[in-house]
Amino acid sequence: MTSPAKTELVTVNIDGKEIAVPKGTNVIEAARLVGVDVPHYCYHPKLSVVGNCRMCLVEMGMPAVDPATKAPVMDPATGRQKINWIPRPQIGCATNASPGLHIRTQTPQIRDCREGVMEFLLINHPLDCPICDQAGECKLQEQSTGYGRGYSRFVEQKNVKPKRTQLGPRVTLDDERCILCSRCIRFSKEIAKDDVLGFIDRGSYSTLTCYPGRKLENNYSLNTVDICPVGALTSTDFRFKMRVWFLKQTNSLDTESSAGANTVVWSREGVIYRITPRRNDAVNDTWMADSGRLLYKAVRAESRLTAKDSLAALLARAETILRLSPGLAAVVGSGQSSVEEQFHTRQLAHALNAPTYLVSRTAAGDGILVSADRNPNVRGALVTGLVSDLPQPYLDDLGEAIDRGDVRTVVSVGEDLMAAGLSATQLAKISVIQLGTQVCASSVAASVVIPTLTVFEKAGTMINQQFRLQRFAKAVAGPVGAFDDLEVLARLIAAAGGPAEPSDLAGVWTRLAAEIPALRGLSYAAVPETGVVLDASPWAALPFVEGESLHHRPALVAASA
Amino acid sequence: MPAPAQRRIIFQHIDEPGYTNDLACYLRHGGYANLRQAVTRKPEELIDEVKKSGLRGRGGAGFPCGVKWGLVDRKSGKPIYLVVNADESEPGTFKDRYIIHQDPHQLIEGIMITCFANNVKQAYIYIRGEFPEGARILEKAIAEARAGGFVGPNILGTGYGCEIYVHRGAGAYICGEETGLIESLEGKRPYPRIKPPYFPAVLGLYQCPTIVNNVETLCHVKKIVEIGGEAYAKIGTPNNTGTRILCVSGHVQRPGYYEFEVGKVTLGELLNEVCGGPLPGRRFKAVIPGGSSAKVLRFGERFKGKRKIGNDLVDYDWGVEDVPMDFDCLAMIGSMGGSGGVIVMDDSVDIVAALANINEFYAHESCGQCTPCREGSLWMKKISARMVHGEARTEDGALLKSVADQIAGRTICAFGEACSWPTQSFLAKFGDEFKAYPESRKAAAAPAVPLA
Repeated sequence: MTSPAKTELVTVNIDGKEIAVPKGTNVIEAARLVGVDVPHYCYHPKLSVVGNCRMCLVEMGMPAVDPATKAPVMDPATGRQKINWIPRPQIGCATNASPGLHIRTQTPQIRDCREGVMEFLLINHPLDCPICDQAGECKLQEQSTGYGRGYSRFVEQKNVKPKRTQLGPRVTLDDERCILCSRCIRFSKEIAKDDVLGFIDRGSYSTLTCYPGRKLENNYSLNTVDICPVGALTSTDFRFKMRVWFLKQTNSLDTESSAGANTVVWSREGVIYRITPRRNDAVNDTWMADSGRLLYKAVRAESRLTAKDSLAALLARAETILRLSPGLAAVVGSGQSSVEEQFHTRQLAHALNAPTYLVSRTAAGDGILVSADRNPNVRGALVTGLVSDLPQPYLDDLGEAIDRGDVRTVVSVGEDLMAAGLSATQLAKISVIQLGTQVCASSVAASVVIPTLTVFEKAGTMINQQFRLQRFAKAVAGPVGAFDDLEVLARLIAAAGGPAEPSDLAGVWTRLAAEIPALRGLSYAAVPETGVVLDASPWAALPFVEGESLHHRPALVAASA
Repeated sequence: MPAPAQRRIIFQHIDEPGYTNDLACYLRHGGYANLRQAVTRKPEELIDEVKKSGLRGRGGAGFPCGVKWGLVDRKSGKPIYLVVNADESEPGTFKDRYIIHQDPHQLIEGIMITCFANNVKQAYIYIRGEFPEGARILEKAIAEARAGGFVGPNILGTGYGCEIYVHRGAGAYICGEETGLIESLEGKRPYPRIKPPYFPAVLGLYQCPTIVNNVETLCHVKKIVEIGGEAYAKIGTPNNTGTRILCVSGHVQRPGYYEFEVGKVTLGELLNEVCGGPLPGRRFKAVIPGGSSAKVLRFGERFKGKRKIGNDLVDYDWGVEDVPMDFDCLAMIGSMGGSGGVIVMDDSVDIVAALANINEFYAHESCGQCTPCREGSLWMKKISARMVHGEARTEDGALLKSVADQIAGRTICAFGEACSWPTQSFLAKFGDEFKAYPESRKAAAAPAVPLA
């Protein structure tokens, strides 16, 4: 990270508006700050600059100085320093802010440049917007409204290119729509570190393709679809499923690991159609893994748990079980639960006077946006006090307690106890109250199963590997026969004889702000869209499993470096 | 006034009976004496000689060679590379291939002097893929020179070392653009780089400071070291020093290559006297003076204005025949000296078909990186090809010009100008023919064979 002291500010003038920006900021970004839109296709803030689309041409000028004396040359008409304008237009993406830089974007020449580029991009473009998935979020469509001709002067044959190339398992390419901006090529090389894409042939016949014998199959391939400014790269999963303008956008989180990539869930009438990344420069930039985009499939999966009984009936059975063996209960919490749910899980354990456990999920991290800790919210369990240490690989301690007869009842908050290491014999010795969304060995063996909601059907917060508290919102309603986790937990606490706990987010946050030191003064509504970083010092000594990845350096590594 | 005689400096031995391209022959003719002399001098002195000579690049842009060397970043601590541009691809140009084929050691000597002057330890000759014989000759010549101690780790016992490598292109015109060439040399697609920031003098080959010079330019460097910068500057005309090889092709009696002092011969003298005039019964119609991307001149048009001779402003009123063949005069009348390829067209030429031919070349050679050139060059080709193939419309001329106007000045590299200038100039000079083309095609149609 660059310290603020190092950032030198320079004043530039864009369409007559002066603004101070960090030295080196390019004209597109600087113009954005003064509300001037510089249209572009190939430029992407997180990729290298190639300047090939030529859409961002601007007029550039520098204050005039006398070549001999270096004294400013004044313009007698205005009384200000004269500006030497370069006759040839310059690309905004590769023009960086320097002291006194002057930019004009609204001149006849620039309008002519933009209209020219638009016409060129469209002459060989299929104009099949009515059947194109990109329609509605297509940069070509957007810019044609401003700079399109409205009719075509092109009477020749359009170029013919492959229409449905399978670049890999998840990405389908329509080469005729491609405007050759090379964003996907740069992404694969620079971010995914998997240099598989390139152009073959030349001129207007240039065609995007994979290297011979290679496929675009890395776990970040769908980001190429996101950054494709046109409908050339499409998601094989989403292709032809839904017009994007019908979709509702809900801010959410990628829960596949503790990286906590920010996402948008796109849904219509209670059905989710796709998940895309949401820009957060401190977490995931504009990227997310392909694997995280498929998580919504769990919502309508065959294995989804729903109950025919009412929640009251289910809770009555749970209460009966809890009363059978008082003092011999254990609570298995989850690193996949939200902070709020973890707090309630802790309160439930208090009420039962039961020990708490957390289930560990680890695998190799990819160094980008899938971290080694595949639980999204282990830090939430630490912060809320649900557990005080990192989870063991398996629930061996719980298994021993069961074998000793110290535990007769287990409340599992969304975790499959068998997958977490308990044997069938151990399960047979206990009564299980299972909360969860999917059928699993644990739910099959359970005495009571209380179906709950997926992350897409509820709201809450999670704390990622950076100790960044981030919000997710409810995208769709849960199915009939599944119940809100907070309500289930609050009523279980009551059933266990605990105090009355709120079952709404605002209410839980009143409790969190009062009870949890790290969350003092916060509320759900006050968490910014980009999240808020909590004080991690109480847990600084814990050996977290995450390695280095995009925007994350483990504290222990950073300290030893 | 008869045309001045040729002055052959670079082509001194070209086509000379008995002159072969091996080292022994070169040494017999005094070869490598200039290198021997150069390595005893200070590198800065050599650079100074080149600056004093006023030598301008012979690749096309005519950029002063000494200034180019002066821009090289010598403080970065990175190695400095010399890249020899032997990707002679401009239609109408065929000078470098003769240097390479018949006098390769002259080029190698020029390279070594340039390398010594600029503290270059590695030089690359990027030769176009269509010159396989040239590449073989160069490889052999470099091997001979290495054996003779003129190339390699310890040149002429001075302790200074420099290697030359030959790199063959794969058949793309764009590799003649210096940053495209550098990309190609690095093993990538030859997409020209954006400038700023990638000026070769600072961020060239492998992101190191790099000098890219044309083959003929480097041969002139050898001559400059031989006779001194000031003496060299006296050859030719002020600001257009030295000699220049002119490659004349097309409808003249004696096409070929001719070497003249720059600016001492006019276009009329060159075509009518040196090249023997038009073919029998024909008249000159048009000439492209500097390679196919230079703007065309129409015989019969006149150019008027003022030009500087010494300190005086002098009126000029020229026909095409009166234009001196130098960088400045050709630029003054709206064209350019370019690569020295003079393409002559007489009155048998269908001017629309000629443009269609040029457009096809540029559409085929556009690298496809940036939008205006990629789409515009192919569009122009499609329009002009359609016109030639019988479906011309009266509005096509105006459309062609409009497309060309949307390219020039808006692209990453000079290819944008190279592909749009022919169309712009053909339309400006022969707009009437484009307008009349649909009718003239109809008139020219063969009479229908009567049905039996």
